Amino acid sequence: MKILVCISKTPDTTAKIAFTDNNTKFAEAGVQWIINPYDEWYALVRAIELKEKDPSIVLHLVTVGGADTEPIIRKALALGGDEAIRVNADSRDSFYVASQIAHVAKEGGYDLVFTGRETIDYNGSSIGGMVAELLDQPYIPLAVKFELNGTTAIINREIEGGEEVCEVPLPVVVSCQKGMAEQRIPNMKGIMGARTKPLKVVEPVAVDTLTSIVGFELPPAKAGVKLVPADNPAELVRLLHEEAKVI
Amino acid sequence: MSVLIFIDQADGHVKKAAYEAMSYGAAVAAQLGTSAEGVVLGPVSDDLAALGKYGVKKIHHVNNPALDHFDAQVFTKVIAQVVESTGAQVVVFSNNVDGKGIAPRLAARLKAGLVPGAVSLPETGNGFVVKKNVFSGKAFANIAVNSPIKIISVNPNSYPVKEGEGTAEVAAFNATVDAPKVKVTATNKVTGEVPLSEAEIVVSGGRGLKGPENWGLVEDLAKALGAATACSRPVADVHWRPHHEHVGQTGLAIAPNLYIAIGISGAIQHLAGVNRSKVIVVINKDPEAPFFKAADYGIVGDAFEVVPKITEAVKKLKGMA
Ligand SMILES: Cc1cc2nc3c(=O)[nH]c(=O)nc-3n(C[C@H](O)[C@H](O)[C@H](O)COP(=O)(O)OP(=O)(O)OC[C@H]3O[C@@H](n4cnc5c(N)ncnc54)[C@H](O)[C@@H]3O)c2cc1C
Repeated sequence: MKILVCISKTPDTTAKIAFTDNNTKFAEAGVQWIINPYDEWYALVRAIELKEKDPSIVLHLVTVGGADTEPIIRKALALGGDEAIRVNADSRDSFYVASQIAHVAKEGGYDLVFTGRETIDYNGSSIGGMVAELLDQPYIPLAVKFELNGTTAIINREIEGGEEVCEVPLPVVVSCQKGMAEQRIPNMKGIMGARTKPLKVVEPVAVDTLTSIVGFELPPAKAGVKLVPADNPAELVRLLHEEAKVI
Repeated sequence: MSVLIFIDQADGHVKKAAYEAMSYGAAVAAQLGTSAEGVVLGPVSDDLAALGKYGVKKIHHVNNPALDHFDAQVFTKVIAQVVESTGAQVVVFSNNVDGKGIAPRLAARLKAGLVPGAVSLPETGNGFVVKKNVFSGKAFANIAVNSPIKIISVNPNSYPVKEGEGTAEVAAFNATVDAPKVKVTATNKVTGEVPLSEAEIVVSGGRGLKGPENWGLVEDLAKALGAATACSRPVADVHWRPHHEHVGQTGLAIAPNLYIAIGISGAIQHLAGVNRSKVIVVINKDPEAPFFKAADYGIVGDAFEVVPKITEAVKKLKGMA
């Protein structure tokens, strides 16, 4: 059994969001980069757990990015996985990235592809679905639980107000979120071991881009909080009803 | 040429998010001088013709029992057939649980540019540019779609439902439907509660509530308001509340009309998931809590004293007490 986990690099959750070049580029100066939390905490950790249960599982990580993504992919390898593949290209749009991953997945013949539910910078939630379509495989979005029973996956996915349980024969593409696994901290052995794990660099395949970012905007600033005295909560209810008109 | 809207349903009923998608799609159609059409998959009990009120002129209904359960692969192939037959140039989804499954697949299949998480109507004066939420609600990006077919997934609660007059023509669409590979074996729904992703009002609790035994406070207020309940991440992590209630950068991102945060400090990762709420109310005993900077209304006070009084006032307002 072969599993491929998609890893993306994102700004740290506390990074200041600002833009340069006439609001066309994210201001990267001083920004700390992390593994996209959904990729790390849920997709990667669940894949590692599956491999711990069945050591014959081969676990590969893939990322699309320049040489500057290597520290991130090494960090992911410190948690687990046998080797990583970096497609040497900057992300252009979701379809471009998904096409690169689908190409790697096709070549490698994986039984399972895991992605995070979305990146915390682009919030696209689209790579998994696109990869699945390009591979002509089933896709389960927003999975909260994943079990294997031979060559059948038993997956719970989020639906409005609950969960749906489904069974899917492998191969399948799954986008992972909270509930799948618990965050892990890499240990010293993992960090040392990650240095010598293979990190293959492959060149991108030619793909058209379908969308482009014209520019960014910051949301308008809030007018400021209106404080209501603690001894008069009924006044809050009046304001919500008469002024804000939300209740 | 037309605008095609995917009208998402569950258990035979059109979802709330689909009404927003229809209203959005009808507005895009008006902007482009074309008509809005809808596609419905699977058996439904709602009156589809009545959806004309939301601006949809014609509904293509693929009433095949194989579409009773969600399989993104099968659904995508069917919608692609409807896109082809109608010559749709814009396809609109809700960016909800099913939309996230289908829209990206359809985009890859049709080589159509996708804007996931749109928050307003496209600018069509010069090209086709759609504003979307990025950096988990901390910014917006304007995305130009450069392909002949364009796909937009509208964020829930970003576009108001617009109800007018009209009846839609309902036509059976004869599609080739593959046998689904995904077999749905169970549905576990929290019954009687408002789903968080669709809620217009959300009451949320944080670590300031001290323990799960105190959640009656949150639930009573939510009940009085007809609201859904949510929580901060540490609260879900220690299992005071179920995982699906966790909102924030690494949980669910929501945009209700009213978000009431009780005993939540307002860490940047929490704000990222809730800052698109139209009105934010913060109740916190610490006047320095960062959440007050992002709030519209606030009470500096002890939640255990303040919240029951708010609940009481709400009940009075609604004639419940
Ligand atoms: C990568 C990353 C991702 C994260 N993602 C998320 C996320 O998605 N969602 C999320 O919520 N967090 C997330 N966090 C965690 C976040 O940083 C905060 O730790 C968390 O939001 C704090 O939760 P809290 O406000 O409930 O608790 P605390 O920070 O402990 O705040 C409790 C608050 O309650 C107030 N309080 C105490 N007693 C009372 C009382 N009697 N009455 C009124 N007020 C009272 C206190 O003044 C305080 O402000 C993430 C962190 C990281 C590093």
